[in-house]
Amino acid sequence: MADSFWDRHGLYGVMAEFAEPEALLAAAERAYGAGYRKMDAYTPLPIEGLSEAIGFTRTFVSTFVLIGGSLGCIGGFGLLWWITKIAYAHNVAGRPFNSWPAYIPVTFECTVLLASLTAVVGMFALNGLPQPYHPVFNNPEFSARASIDRFFLCIEATDPSFDLVKTKAFLAEQNPLEVAEIEK
Amino acid sequence: MTVQELEELEKPAIDPGPDHIVGAGFTNATVTDKIANVALRPLKSTPLLWFAGIAIAFMMMQALLIGSAWLFYRGVGAWGVMIPVAWGFAIVNFVWWIGIGHAGTLISAILLLLKQDWRTSINRFAEAMTLFAVAQAGMFPILHLGRPWLFYWLMPYPNSMWLWPQPRSPLIWDVFAVSTYATVSLLFWYVGLVPDLASMRDRATKLWQKRAYGLFALGWRGSTKHWTRYQMAYLLLGGLATPLVVSVHTVVSFDFAISIMPGWHTTIFPPYFVAGAIYSGFAMVLTLAIPTRKLFHLEDIITMRHLECMAKVMLGTGLIVAYGYLMEAFMAWYSGQFYERFMYLNRATGPYGWSYLMLIGCNIAIPQLLWLRSVRLNVPILFVLSLVINVGMWLERFVIVITSLHRDWLPSSWGEYHPTQVDWMIFVGTIGFFLTLMFLFIRILPAISIFEMREVLHHLRHRNEPHPQPSPSHGD
Repeated sequence: MADSFWDRHGLYGVMAEFAEPEALLAAAERAYGAGYRKMDAYTPLPIEGLSEAIGFTRTFVSTFVLIGGSLGCIGGFGLLWWITKIAYAHNVAGRPFNSWPAYIPVTFECTVLLASLTAVVGMFALNGLPQPYHPVFNNPEFSARASIDRFFLCIEATDPSFDLVKTKAFLAEQNPLEVAEIEK
Repeated sequence: MTVQELEELEKPAIDPGPDHIVGAGFTNATVTDKIANVALRPLKSTPLLWFAGIAIAFMMMQALLIGSAWLFYRGVGAWGVMIPVAWGFAIVNFVWWIGIGHAGTLISAILLLLKQDWRTSINRFAEAMTLFAVAQAGMFPILHLGRPWLFYWLMPYPNSMWLWPQPRSPLIWDVFAVSTYATVSLLFWYVGLVPDLASMRDRATKLWQKRAYGLFALGWRGSTKHWTRYQMAYLLLGGLATPLVVSVHTVVSFDFAISIMPGWHTTIFPPYFVAGAIYSGFAMVLTLAIPTRKLFHLEDIITMRHLECMAKVMLGTGLIVAYGYLMEAFMAWYSGQFYERFMYLNRATGPYGWSYLMLIGCNIAIPQLLWLRSVRLNVPILFVLSLVINVGMWLERFVIVITSLHRDWLPSSWGEYHPTQVDWMIFVGTIGFFLTLMFLFIRILPAISIFEMREVLHHLRHRNEPHPQPSPSHGD
């Protein structure tokens, strides 16, 4: 076994629970200001400015979609061009083999199809979902209310400036409802 | 659930009127419970009318089963189609159903980009309607093939005969448009559902419910990094679905407009098909939303404001459709073409004149009542109007398909179309199938987007308060 007992059953991080999104946003900004980088905030609704507050700005989803859409566009047009020009070249009422205006609807549909698929698959892949197990759910308060009406900030133990006592004290200063240690 | 909670489910909701998109006093927790409890409530506290409704819908669905079984056994001769009317109910129903689907995408995508806050309570619902309507629509092209088991010949795939479909034909464009539309509608609907499935997972009390919702929630935990990517993906999907929805009914209209048949060969078809699709789709959303909000006491979430906004969209798109009819008549006269003029006169006064008159009545005349605010705010009248428009839009497709075909260029090849019992069974059966799916959806999944309702509450709360300032410690 490569992982030792403590690697598998160690500390994932320290988590603070807030009742209001504003309190979480302020705490996240202060945590970033205090030098913490490996952290994540958990909310039941998207909160504007929160991901910037913890220093997360690039999503790469739009890049994925651009690539997917371009592939769909070229692929769709290329398929029809190849069918009518090379694979199955037939003279239909004297029209040119490459009668490209007739290919536009299919090209457009293929663009949208591939762009949409990459948007969704790419978003889930970047998010690391589906993920059957995650340590944050070990907090019973989290698994009961994080998707309903409570707001959480978790500073992870892998952060270089993480220190169990100091980080706990830091989070306790942010007026949370509760601070909890999260098992891996 | 405790007795108190069960009593809470039966409590009637108060509609806050046409100026509010949500009732007073909701918090994140109560709005979650309100919506989640429609699905999570015990079986015995399901409204009796729900059981009655799904029983009727399920019985209607059997007509589809029997009708299509007979069709597969007997072939398309079981239908009333015969030269010159070789396109009958199958294409009429196909266009009708796919048009109904368009309102769902319009609400979820176009209104998202336009930042219309009233879309939130009805978008999930309308997206499900889209999905189920497209499923009905998708059956007809396959049913009408004659040899339906060879449907995959429509797709370009390498086969041993090295035969390829003809991509200059709008019928092949249709294959791509409809399959793309079905896929993107499913994606849009499912992506929207994931955070709500997580809420359902956390709110469910029974283990099997937790597991079932949890499986499809994919382990969603509401991380802000996830939300950021999620919102970007959702916005892009909205941006992609907006031109898609316009393209789909445009391509459907090309099935007609690319031909040289009088009555079909017009450039007004794409825009007026799209407007008609939205028109019929909003009518169907109203037809479904009005009983649902009554049955599950959701009047404080689907409020009069939603109903009024939908009524206004129906009025607007209905006027575009009226313009389309007018233009068809004008162009028939203005073209100076004998066959175009004959087609139009025959459409209004020929053997199918009754259907044209009913169409004008249902789609143009009666919906003008929506100009009156008192009508838009009267729920029973609105419900009846939505049914009238649904009938009218079905008649529109009937008129376009049948009246254009039944008088060919030569009087020797004129004919008439009489739908058979099998035609009617399959049509009624798809309505049953659609309603069955809608009933199940409402009872099993969150029919209203919970996390977006929380966002609405969040914004409403901040409209009166200044946005919190970034704390001075940031960045030092």
